[in-house]
Amino acid sequence: MRTMTPPSPDGATSPADGGGKRSVLAEWQLALPLALAFASIFLAPLLMLVGVSFFNDDKITQPGFGQWAKFLGDPFSYKVIADTMLLGLKTVCATIVIGYPLALIYLDASPRLQKVLIFIIVMPLLLSVVVRTFAWIVVLGREGVVNTLLMQFGIISEPLRLLQTELGLVISLTQIEMPLMLLPLISVMSRLDPNLRDASSALGASRWRTLFKVIVPLSMPGLVAGCLLVFASSTTAFISQTVIGGVRLIYLPLLIWQQSLVVFNWPFAAVVSLTLLVSVLTVVSALSYLGRRSGGYVHG
Amino acid sequence: MQEAVKANAARALDVEDLSVRYGTSTAVDGVTLAIEPGEVVALLGPSGCGKTTLLRVIAGFVRQAAGRVRVDGATIDHLPPNQRNIGIVFQNYALFPHMTVAENVAYGLRARGLKGPEVEARVSRFLETVQLGGFRERLPRQLSGGQQQRVALARALAIEPSILLLDEPFAALDRNLRLDMQIEIKRLQRTLGLTTILVTHDQDEAMSVADRIAVMHKGKVEQFDTPVAIYDRPQTLFVNGFIGTTNLMNGRVASLQNGRATVALDAGATIELAAPAGLGIGAPVLMSVRPEQLALSAIPGPDAWKVEPGLALPIGAQLVHEARTTDGTFLKIIEPRRAVSNDAVRVYCTLAADARPTLFPRST
Ligand SMILES: Nc1ncnc2c1ncn2[C@@H]1O[C@H](COP(=O)(O)OP(=O)(O)O)[C@@H](O)[C@H]1O
Ligand SMILES: [Mg+2]
Repeated sequence: MRTMTPPSPDGATSPADGGGKRSVLAEWQLALPLALAFASIFLAPLLMLVGVSFFNDDKITQPGFGQWAKFLGDPFSYKVIADTMLLGLKTVCATIVIGYPLALIYLDASPRLQKVLIFIIVMPLLLSVVVRTFAWIVVLGREGVVNTLLMQFGIISEPLRLLQTELGLVISLTQIEMPLMLLPLISVMSRLDPNLRDASSALGASRWRTLFKVIVPLSMPGLVAGCLLVFASSTTAFISQTVIGGVRLIYLPLLIWQQSLVVFNWPFAAVVSLTLLVSVLTVVSALSYLGRRSGGYVHG
Repeated sequence: MQEAVKANAARALDVEDLSVRYGTSTAVDGVTLAIEPGEVVALLGPSGCGKTTLLRVIAGFVRQAAGRVRVDGATIDHLPPNQRNIGIVFQNYALFPHMTVAENVAYGLRARGLKGPEVEARVSRFLETVQLGGFRERLPRQLSGGQQQRVALARALAIEPSILLLDEPFAALDRNLRLDMQIEIKRLQRTLGLTTILVTHDQDEAMSVADRIAVMHKGKVEQFDTPVAIYDRPQTLFVNGFIGTTNLMNGRVASLQNGRATVALDAGATIELAAPAGLGIGAPVLMSVRPEQLALSAIPGPDAWKVEPGLALPIGAQLVHEARTTDGTFLKIIEPRRAVSNDAVRVYCTLAADARPTLFPRST
């Protein structure tokens, strides 16, 4: 937990002040309300969560490691953890594969077209989660848009099962999370010197060489930021996971929901929550470490 | 041996009737330049006159609306930039920020499919050429402006281009460094025999580095000539005003004979000088004369006009006088500084012995 110290105005630390201690104290007092707010909003619930996870019974009366032992001793738990992380990684890959070319197209577009594109890009963020999730049901359903089109063109004879499959879920998450990939990418790429491309090309490089040797390395910070956001957001997207994925695809958020609000086993729910938190943080740190190594030259 | 000669042979560059339009505005307007193999040409003009655009067409980044670019007689308009083998140094250098100095210089060589030891040898050679041998592993941001520029130059030269384009390469450097780099570029260009185009808005730079100068104005080339000819015989009023300092004096054509005109100056003297085509008797004209081609004298005469001397500023070995003519024009006169001179009686102004004044028609 970090406390915020406001930048000290020049007068506060000047020797003319007399009591240097008093002015430091005053600064502390200024930061205190914010620190308290942070503590009560973030730190306290987290500590409570940790505390609750160390009770054996769902009435929260007998302290012990029983719930942790139950969760970590069950092979099913590991499958759910792995599935959740894989879902995040697959969504990240899909948003890169589709989002990176889109970002390149955006950069080459005329300023007027860019305005239209940016509106389309942020659109998913403007819609309510429930609305865009139900829209995907319409698109992916047995008689949905995708199946109807594919059948009409004779590409398939039987409707594809897309709802309640991981494929359907990844498709819809890709669309829903796309802005989180595109916005950091575009913001980093549009700050690149356009002469770099020309320089590369004048030196004899093909478009592909320019892309992989110049543009990709220099857009690494944006790509890493996009991956982190998409990963954290898709692994915890409870509504999309349950509505599109259904109850047979079990991810950590669904487990938390079942334990806390269906069977009211709060200690177990706390264990699963902390597991989700730790797994996401682990992958996110790994990603950002890799990103820093490959894009190390870019910073500063 | 034959190959090596061919690779280093200087190329002729022809720009023919080239026009570039951005939307409805014309950035380059019917430019024609015939550049000799091994020549250094400066594109000189105020900001926004189309110099960079012309350079970008030659490099292949911008497509022209009309006209052709030829290298050794063959058009290159259909070639993408990566097949033109033209070296370019950008105004902001455009070094790859994530690559070391050595990697930047090696970039073009690797793109050409050269491998290990050969790349290594050439990188070392060109870094030595620009005197940056000890900076191989630095990143561009760890270098000063002058060093960055030399890396950009080494990177452009390493691909052994047929033509070198430099876009305001010295603009970001301080004065001393600028002079060093100008000499450096001139030396390199001589040794390598490279046909070079240098874009600049600094006339001194153009004068000192270029074999010929193309003065541009509003997308057009107003004059393409040697520095001396441009300075001494400006073809248009724009070139006249843009290059060096000049005095403009009003007058009218009194008589015309054998391509020479006698001009009655409003300041009160008659001067005989070469007349441009299309002047009639009585036509209003402007006479342009450089400050160092005027002299103050104590003796009146038909070709001397009365002035009221003003300030005199010693600048180095010269004395810069300001003087006002009877028709209210302020003149600038530069003379060598003499030990003794009695300025009080020198109230007449004349053309110096070797003066080459130029006449331009004046619209009234
Ligand atoms: N990409 C562009 N789009 C529209 N107009 C441009 C573009 N590049 C240059 N121009 C215009 O063309 C003219 C010439 O520009 P430029 O060649 O950069 O001039 P210079 O290099 O001589 O300063 C200017 O009026 C400029 O505004
Ligand atoms: Mg320019």
